[in-house]
Amino acid sequence: MIQYVVKRVLLMIPTLIAVSVIVFTIIQLPPGNYLESYIAELQAQGESVDQQKVAFLREYYGLDKPLPEQYVRWATGMLRGDFGYSFEFNMPVTKVIGDRMFLTIIVSFVTILFTWAVAFPIGIYSATHQYSWGDYGLSLLGFLGIAIPNFMLALVMMYVANVVFGTSIGGLMAPEFIGKPWTWDKVKSVLEHSWIPVVVIGTSGTAGMIRRLRANLLDELQKQYVVTARAKGLPPRKVLRKYPLRMALNFFISDIGSLLPHIISGAEITAVVLSLPTTGPMLLNALKSQDMYLAGTFLMFLATLIVIGVLISDLALVALDPRIRLQGGVAR
Amino acid sequence: MSTLELQPKAKRDKDHFVSTEPFDPGSAAQLSPEQERLYLASQWKLMWWKFKRHRIAVVSGLVLLVMYGSTLVTEFLAPYNLHTRHTDFIYASPQKVHLFHQGSLVGPFVYDRQKILDMDTLRREYPEDPGVPHKLRFFCSGDPYRFWGMIDMSFHVVCPAEGATLFLLGTDRLGRDVLSRILYGARISLTIGLLGIAISFALGLVIGGLAGYYGGAIDTIVQRLIEVIRSFPELPLWMALSAVLPVTWSPILIYFGITGILALLDWTGLARAVRSKLLALREEDYTTAARLMGAKPSRIIGRHLLPGFMSHLIASATLSIPGMILGETALSFLGIGLRPPITSWGVLLNEAQNINVVALYPWLMLPVVPVIIVILAFNFFGDGLRDAADPYR
Repeated sequence: MIQYVVKRVLLMIPTLIAVSVIVFTIIQLPPGNYLESYIAELQAQGESVDQQKVAFLREYYGLDKPLPEQYVRWATGMLRGDFGYSFEFNMPVTKVIGDRMFLTIIVSFVTILFTWAVAFPIGIYSATHQYSWGDYGLSLLGFLGIAIPNFMLALVMMYVANVVFGTSIGGLMAPEFIGKPWTWDKVKSVLEHSWIPVVVIGTSGTAGMIRRLRANLLDELQKQYVVTARAKGLPPRKVLRKYPLRMALNFFISDIGSLLPHIISGAEITAVVLSLPTTGPMLLNALKSQDMYLAGTFLMFLATLIVIGVLISDLALVALDPRIRLQGGVAR
Repeated sequence: MSTLELQPKAKRDKDHFVSTEPFDPGSAAQLSPEQERLYLASQWKLMWWKFKRHRIAVVSGLVLLVMYGSTLVTEFLAPYNLHTRHTDFIYASPQKVHLFHQGSLVGPFVYDRQKILDMDTLRREYPEDPGVPHKLRFFCSGDPYRFWGMIDMSFHVVCPAEGATLFLLGTDRLGRDVLSRILYGARISLTIGLLGIAISFALGLVIGGLAGYYGGAIDTIVQRLIEVIRSFPELPLWMALSAVLPVTWSPILIYFGITGILALLDWTGLARAVRSKLLALREEDYTTAARLMGAKPSRIIGRHLLPGFMSHLIASATLSIPGMILGETALSFLGIGLRPPITSWGVLLNEAQNINVVALYPWLMLPVVPVIIVILAFNFFGDGLRDAADPYR
């Protein structure tokens, strides 16, 4: 067991290195050296350029060095908590980001909880009442959830909330909490404001999950042990609760791997529409203005979030499911 | 001792019946015409029969056929051109088509519209002026265009009367007809999914095929690569890649660039399916036979192994088209996807980016309707196709 955990954690390292290489390549993709173009832009606007500062930045990030060395500097810098320099905001990336990453984690986490809370009962209902009207109706709803682009849903929800509840729901907390240290009240305010983004981000993920859970549970319900349990005279509810549901729970954990990238993608675009103080809007801006260190940091962060999420789900699965523990832990 | 010998001899003789009819060796295996049809049907025919039973999938397939068909003759169907501006009708609301004028049947017609600028809200309003009915013309000559960019024509299925307008879905900020733009947008939005899936299909087949057939080091590398690509959230990576497409590229190059980017991240699922299938199939006897007869790997993979589950691959590829269409829509909505003058549904939705539009000009959100229809249709169609392609059900 411990062996498996260690192995799994170590396996994460090459993945993260590969991810960072890809991110670095993307940073380098825009033509030209961004420091030079930044200086050119400043000069074109008639602003003075602090030559000393430019020289320092060039030296510090090794911009005149060959690419592999630049990469090593950038990657090791990240390990020390230095993510590079944002040329648009003219300060280190770490300062620009603030608590955006933390808020992204919170929103993603709450969305996963929401997805589970909604998908679980509906999936079970659909599977146990296959081909009933309820099943058809819920399936249709689920398909609609997949088909409606979530940015449109966000816009419409925003409008509806504005008209019906008379509140502006842009943002993720009441204005008085912005930039304040984290207190209990602030957490409460964030939770109050986050339900619309959570619902919007969650719909498509929930719909997909319901479909997968339904298919999974249907397979499980046809297996012989279910027939045996029924033949022994167990009441249907108990059969369901005792056996197939537990298998389905497993699936819930392992499905994080496909759910998490989905949720994070959805969170980015929804955040742009609702202008949430998460990574989304800033990533978009950074990409548009080709502020590549900032954009690269966000990409790296989001990918790391997924890698860690999958790791956690794998470990939880091992803890939950003796079959994986016995086979995977030893044999793999 | 057998029971037969215990019985009296006379009874045994009586029971021993020999038919005097001539012997027909094929009689036991004689198939009814119905059975023969079933057993001799090709795999594709079987799939088609199974697919036909899936009512929603058939309807979805028809919807898709109509939509793709419409892109061939967009110029005829659209009442206006993609870029025709009506400076007198900016942000005009959808126009109603009437049938009866003052109680008598006139046929489909529209009324004139007044232009009022509400000085309090600075909103343009276009109330109807029920004076003169302008009958719609059918199979008529209207806005001139170049059909497929080649032939000069001016034929439309429907056009407004001379001097009147026909904005069935309203107009946008430059006074362009939204309906026409949606019809033209279908060309880009629908083809980007097909083109993208073609690229990703090829990538998935080749890479997955190599990994599955050779195994070993190639397999390990491909598996790692897939894992790394999968640990990126799709949309942000799409955003990053499309944001670094050079600004100097022409819109048509950008179109291909975006398609490539969408495909670049999509092949992983297909490659995995191909790989796992090939890993199993390459141990089969018929593969060994082919190898012993001197077939090259490319022939074995392409000729002997892939056709066995091609139908299944195509079905699952159909299911990933909607993701691409949604991806393009999202990118263009954010303003880092396709660029005008190339017009897709996402580019159209780009105008509906803030809440004011929802409140004041809700018809600008209409391009989302075909998006939803196409996504739903592809999902149902792909589901039906997948069920039909599964030989074990």
